[in-house]
Amino acid sequence: MTKQVQQLDRVIIRFAGDSGDGMQLTGDRFTAETAEFGNDLSTLPNFPAEIRAPAGTLPGVSSFQLHFADHDILTPGDAPNVLVAMNPAALKANLADLPRGADIIANSDEFTKRNLAKVGYEVNPLEDESLSEWRVHSVPLTSLTVKALEEFDISKKDAERAKNMFALGLLSWLYHRPVEATIKFIQAKFAKKPDIAKSNVAAFNAGWNYGETTEAFSVSYEIKPAKLAPGLYRNISGNQALAYGLIAASVQSGLPLFLGSYPITPASDILHELSKHKRFGIRTFQAEDEIAGVGAALGAAFGGALGVTTTSGPGVALKAETVGLAVTTELPLIVVDVQRAGPSTGMPTKTEQTDLLMALYGRNGESPIPVVAPATPSDCFDIALEAARIALKYRTPVMLLSDGYLANGSEPWKLPEAAELPDISVDFATTPNGEDGTTFLPFKRDTETLARPWAVPGTAGLEHRIGGIEKADGTGNISYDPNNHDLMVRLRQAKIDGIEVPDLEVDDPSGNAKVLVLGWGSTYGPIAAAIRRVRRSGGQVAQAHLRHLNPFPKNIGEVLKSYDKVLLPEINLGQLALLLRARFLVDIISYNRVRGLPFKAEELAGVIQDVIDSE
Amino acid sequence: MSESLNGKGLALIPKAEGKQTLKDFKSDQEVRWCPGCGDYAILAAVQSFMPELGIKRENTVFVSGIGCSSRFPYYMNTYGFHSIHGRAPAIATGLAASRPDLSVWVITGDGDALSIGGNHLIHALRRNVNLNILLFNNRIYGLTKGQYSPTSEVGKITKSTPMGSLDRPFNPISLAIGAEAGFVARTLDSDRKHLQSVLREAAAHRGTSLVEIYQNCNIFNDGAFDPMKDPATRDLITVKLEHGQPIVFGDQAVRLAPTGGVEVVPRDAVKEEEILVHDVHNPDPSLAFALSRLDEPAFQHVPIGIFRSVDRPSYDQLMSEQLAAATAQKSRGDLNDLLRGGDTWRIN
Repeated sequence: MTKQVQQLDRVIIRFAGDSGDGMQLTGDRFTAETAEFGNDLSTLPNFPAEIRAPAGTLPGVSSFQLHFADHDILTPGDAPNVLVAMNPAALKANLADLPRGADIIANSDEFTKRNLAKVGYEVNPLEDESLSEWRVHSVPLTSLTVKALEEFDISKKDAERAKNMFALGLLSWLYHRPVEATIKFIQAKFAKKPDIAKSNVAAFNAGWNYGETTEAFSVSYEIKPAKLAPGLYRNISGNQALAYGLIAASVQSGLPLFLGSYPITPASDILHELSKHKRFGIRTFQAEDEIAGVGAALGAAFGGALGVTTTSGPGVALKAETVGLAVTTELPLIVVDVQRAGPSTGMPTKTEQTDLLMALYGRNGESPIPVVAPATPSDCFDIALEAARIALKYRTPVMLLSDGYLANGSEPWKLPEAAELPDISVDFATTPNGEDGTTFLPFKRDTETLARPWAVPGTAGLEHRIGGIEKADGTGNISYDPNNHDLMVRLRQAKIDGIEVPDLEVDDPSGNAKVLVLGWGSTYGPIAAAIRRVRRSGGQVAQAHLRHLNPFPKNIGEVLKSYDKVLLPEINLGQLALLLRARFLVDIISYNRVRGLPFKAEELAGVIQDVIDSE
Repeated sequence: MSESLNGKGLALIPKAEGKQTLKDFKSDQEVRWCPGCGDYAILAAVQSFMPELGIKRENTVFVSGIGCSSRFPYYMNTYGFHSIHGRAPAIATGLAASRPDLSVWVITGDGDALSIGGNHLIHALRRNVNLNILLFNNRIYGLTKGQYSPTSEVGKITKSTPMGSLDRPFNPISLAIGAEAGFVARTLDSDRKHLQSVLREAAAHRGTSLVEIYQNCNIFNDGAFDPMKDPATRDLITVKLEHGQPIVFGDQAVRLAPTGGVEVVPRDAVKEEEILVHDVHNPDPSLAFALSRLDEPAFQHVPIGIFRSVDRPSYDQLMSEQLAAATAQKSRGDLNDLLRGGDTWRIN
């Protein structure tokens, strides 16, 4: 039988199964194959915080969505074209997101009476008419896998566990993915268990062959490589890019990196990644708690290291006091907050943009700090370097606001050349700066940046004491003088306000837009995708995206005032809008959803169109 | 210096070129403790002791938390960091772990180290970063004006406990030994000679050293340690622990008790060989712990001196070794190689 090959320009696949089914791994591998093939792509893992919720239940469903295309894309996609459902729970949890006509590949072996009952199906949906709006491919994935592995000397349980590789093989056939790298990956992953390695490779091949031979799939699909800018690419997640950015900052500043951190979802992967790279002189310290993590980073910064701490959610609250100490001692420090749904424990694996006001104001006293936020997973690399530049140049803690969506999502990244990265080296103080030529004044500022000298222990003649008590301007002696305090409060503020940041760029191809859509952080992709849709249907709309939240780019007020309407979608209840209204007296049209998920392009396109139409 | 305390704590710290004096270590800051505070005696003892270490002053750092004692760094003409209540061990850990060439001293009090900072203290001790922690124990909150502390005796009448405090105090020595500290000692603010001898050994120990210093707060808890200072009682209750020596004081001696602990018995009622001989290097901390319980209930017999001094690799040392091993295995990291390390593809 000759099978038909159909050309598509883009596809959104969601792999869904039980937490123990290996859906994240399956998604990662399919992504790697897709990256190798040369499609543009964007991914969205979505998993429960529980490591193993009860098997077969709705809370235990873990999924991985991948959007890939023959052109450049901006989001993991709104709605899947294909759902791979490894059990009834995975079907039930994801069905509402599936548009009519989408494909469902369901593992029919798992649709047993018991599993159906667990999620409240009275009748098997694969066998009645309830799924008639979709194209259902009912495939006995488990039993096909077990049968394919009969010859292997492995337990039935191990054979069944390879069903995700069978599914991956089938999908790889269906979308013409290159398979060699996955086979190598499996062999490497199970290098110490050769039987498991061989059986997983066999399951993967069996899945491929099943697609090739079965009549259940008569069509396969081709999605041509995307025409991206020339260069060398790799696929990268936000957390990995952020870790690499911090390493780059260490190399580009010439300072050893010290990470003090306490494990917390979804920031832990940065700690894991940096721990692997000791060859770069990186010291990673898993502290006893969040406070010790940031404390150790600040202590290392006092000693001349590039001090970094990474956290999320409630961890940021715990670090607040130490960030305040870094503000008043004016030492460089990078605080990475991978925002997650709150308050309190909230939803650890879900994304949110709700820590902006906390980053800016969540400390006692007048305690200004710079805040930056990456726009995409690969931008986490650049923003880490930028955070380091600001921290080192201005001797200040910097808050870097990533989020769960960027942290775990991935996209192709055009690799920079190390030689082209900015030089962010700093000069330590080495000689006394007092007028008498012998005194060292730890709080005598650089007249341009207002930064104070960074004199590290081991430097003779510059012995000095710093701390949390208010310091006299210049000498750094303890001071309770009212006028001095007023001066120091204003100097610390002026230093942050004076940080040089690039102007806000506006994308307005027609030049006639009356509506500006402003965003910050991870909403970049969905907003840009929505704007494309609106423009395609003839709408005129401008887009601008903030990476610097404090200080704002100098031209932001002017930009805001040059549009009739400013729409600001945020995954919070309007935190940036509050700041902009207060600062620039510009009305902002807020669009807020706080569902723990990124915006959908279609949803935002509708909102933008409504704002345009209401002119 | 005893034979195994061979100065390793200072081995990586650059030596001073010329001779240093007490004056070199005095900062120009006005000392602002209450007149008569025990902190003055400790400060003077530390300032006069530092020169003999023979290390560069600029490679010496004093880190403190919050409380009366934590003002200490301002008065030392070294590098200093007056940090956050309870967090000095954490801040000092980052500093010492990333700079093995520094001699890092943590100055803390009973509230700072044992209440708000208890977690950091026990983790510093188990981790064994090269730090010297001086815990000024005055058994009261001074800076907040006189509330009871985690080392105050049960029933302490203070502003916050008008009918007496209810909670049992920590014994800092027992706590430190329980946390598997490598070096644990106790001394007294008023006994400069003893204090300096203990500091000498603490500095020489590589890893975390904990020195509890009984310190008199003459405003809010005056006389707390008087029985150990009064010539009439001093020698009867102070148990001076000395390595290799039988533990005797006044006309009493210490021996193993049938309960598994140790007990005080009249000296003339025991045979010489029954008297416990102090061994600071005993790898088993049980006896050191038992000795730390001797002063329960308070001030019948109070051991001072070094309870335990056991060598094990310090955290900063091990951390440096991992970095060196990783680099030796391959080479120093290269940024371009790192970025291109995963699966890559080229678009032309």
